[in-house]
Amino acid sequence: MSNTLPTTQQRSSRASKSLSEQAISLDGVEKSFGAVRALAGVDLVVATGECLGLVGHNGAGKSTLMHVLSGNLTPSAGTLSIGGKPHAGSWTAAAAQAEGVRCVFQELSLCPNLTVAENVRIVHRSLTGLGWKGRARALISQKLDEIFPNHGIAPDDEIADLAIGQRQMAEIARAFTVTDGKLRLVILDEPTSSLDAVTAQQLLAYVKKETARGTSIILISHLLGEVLSTADRIVVMKDGKTVADRKAADFTRNSLVAAMGSEAREHKRGAAKNSVAEVMVRAQPRSGGSASLEARKGEIIGLTGLAGHGQTRMLLQIYERRHAEVKGALSFIAGDRQSDGVFNLWSIGRNITTRSLTALRKAGFIDLAAEEKLAEEWKVRMAIRTPDVDNNILTLSGGNQQKALFARALASDATIILMDDPMRGVDIGTKQEVYAMIEAEAEKGRTFIWYTTEIEELTHCDRAYVFRNGAIVAALGADELTEEKVLQASFAEQAA
Amino acid sequence: MNRRFLRQALPFLTLAVVLAATFYVQPRTMSYFGLNLMLQYAVPIALATIAQMFIITVNDLDLSIGPFVGLVSCIGATLLLDNPLLGILALLVLIATYGAVGALIHIRNLPSIVVTLGLSFVWLGIAVLILPSPGGKAPVWLKALMGVQTPWVPFPIIAAIVIGVVVHLALMLSSYGVIARGAGGNPKALTRAGWSMLNTKVIMYMLAGFFGVLSGLALLGLTTSGDAHVADRYTLYSIAGVILGGGEFIGGRVSPLGAVVGALTLALAGSFLIFLKISPDWQIGAQGAILIIVLALRALVSYGEHKR
Repeated sequence: MSNTLPTTQQRSSRASKSLSEQAISLDGVEKSFGAVRALAGVDLVVATGECLGLVGHNGAGKSTLMHVLSGNLTPSAGTLSIGGKPHAGSWTAAAAQAEGVRCVFQELSLCPNLTVAENVRIVHRSLTGLGWKGRARALISQKLDEIFPNHGIAPDDEIADLAIGQRQMAEIARAFTVTDGKLRLVILDEPTSSLDAVTAQQLLAYVKKETARGTSIILISHLLGEVLSTADRIVVMKDGKTVADRKAADFTRNSLVAAMGSEAREHKRGAAKNSVAEVMVRAQPRSGGSASLEARKGEIIGLTGLAGHGQTRMLLQIYERRHAEVKGALSFIAGDRQSDGVFNLWSIGRNITTRSLTALRKAGFIDLAAEEKLAEEWKVRMAIRTPDVDNNILTLSGGNQQKALFARALASDATIILMDDPMRGVDIGTKQEVYAMIEAEAEKGRTFIWYTTEIEELTHCDRAYVFRNGAIVAALGADELTEEKVLQASFAEQAA
Repeated sequence: MNRRFLRQALPFLTLAVVLAATFYVQPRTMSYFGLNLMLQYAVPIALATIAQMFIITVNDLDLSIGPFVGLVSCIGATLLLDNPLLGILALLVLIATYGAVGALIHIRNLPSIVVTLGLSFVWLGIAVLILPSPGGKAPVWLKALMGVQTPWVPFPIIAAIVIGVVVHLALMLSSYGVIARGAGGNPKALTRAGWSMLNTKVIMYMLAGFFGVLSGLALLGLTTSGDAHVADRYTLYSIAGVILGGGEFIGGRVSPLGAVVGALTLALAGSFLIFLKISPDWQIGAQGAILIIVLALRALVSYGEHKR
């Protein structure tokens, strides 16, 4: 039904790649979950040795498309072709592996109880027999060294012992390892969401190197700069369809955002707040250094630096009120939704109100009517996209789950809100809505302490502290908050 | 890293402490015959513990292993003695049934605890049908095997080491063992890599059935006659053994060597409590106390491991 629009655009892209071979292509792929149409007839061609950027809002169908490509979802209609020929038989995960299609999922697919080398074995059926472990170790070490020099990961490290960024590095490197058969296509879904700026750059540089060798790569990212600079061609998805398909050079940040259907806003935080407001939090990192952090009423404070340099520890230290002066109630918004954030078995409403149960008490019991009202109110205020707050939290997309976590914190009596990189893998539209919410709440006198791995987000902060090796190495005011300054402070030691 | 090592060493330390305490209370056990006598029942317990460990590896729990071991001992004392071919066939059918139960649990997404709890009554019922009262006779070769006198080192110790090492090689070092443990660690990742969770579960359940059969036969070789209720305590022993040995209920974290050592510790703890002249009524409680102490120690060692 909706095939006409994408096909014309696709023809133009086919023309530009007419000489090169097709790695994989989809023709009229549809997928429905009950009444929800996740994919409404998608045509997609990935040429050999091409880096294809795939962007779109959360819920635009990117994840579904990826699961179809990797064989984890069977489409309701449409065909899939490999190297120009329609694939015979059912396209399963095993078939995708055999054809050299790999996928790095946003929520990682490593077994935490196994070592890095053992996790390599899981995706390589040919790693068996005597000495398989030695071969697996060599394979992953060599790939890690190639993509992320100085990664600090040993092949015998157990995944559970690695920091989240290192896990992501291990999973990415694993996707590029080759044993038997060739690597045809690697799909990277938000690959840099847990990586710091340096490792993210290393990865993007590697993507270019790998495509030059003839491997195709699909890069899905909410960081538009990343996609614009790395991809050869960009496909924009909206409502389960591809709505734009052009060379990356033909897009600008603004035109890309416009194609996705939301406005780009240049943002600058207003003039610095008066420095006479009451100090709400004062804490010195226990992990090192003598500099300390200070947050006043109504301020938005950023924590930055390379990932894993003590920012989360600082937040926990404040949350647990150890060696920290804290005035007022606290609330914590987790970035790792699955392990620290949502209660999987609870409804959306329950997930929102759980931080406020004390306030919702009536004669020792929870006032169910008040609870319902609170949940309903915050569903509207945060624009959580659900017909009913009594639905299970997992019925929401990732971005909307994160909104529910924001609602949980903002609905509570907390005056100080700690945020642990909460925008991981959240689409740009949702982000804009949440940013506005944060600023409005700060205006009302709430204090935010915000650890972020995206330097762009610091533009919303009044002040940012740069962490290195567990210590605060710089405090930057709103007017000095540039990517350059932050990176400079993050790396000062190496530069000196 | 150090803490991890300490945690892995904890089962062995526990065994050493219990062993030292036993030697202290009753120095005469510090001999070939003393150890043989004290540890002979550790062999079937170790085998049942390994069976349980395979189930725990894939995040399930088997509450039927005790009655299952009892049933095997009954079949061994009757059918296997009278008609070896039919006996072996019956035991193979039991193993296949274990696999089928694994498939059922996986396909229907049932809680393993409920299914195996129900199954435990089925095993017990069949065992009572076969042998309404204790009786039958162990095949001669089984008695001979379990009573073998090895030079220098008592047979139970050698058997325990062999069991532990063989299973360690298969589950911890082989490339297929990785898939089995991965199935416990992150089933989704495994499915995405194109492995069949169904096959993995069926194989693990069948391995559990196989080791359950070995346990029942080993026990029969020691008791020399069959009894439906002979191994009722094994269900809890086997779970306790896996946990004492450093295993965890979920997440595919198990240790075959640790499990065997845990089983030895439990068997020894029984003897130790007898030497202390603690009445059998209190023994279960005392064993529970040992278990709690060890788990508390483990929690202490792990404390801070997960702090970032």
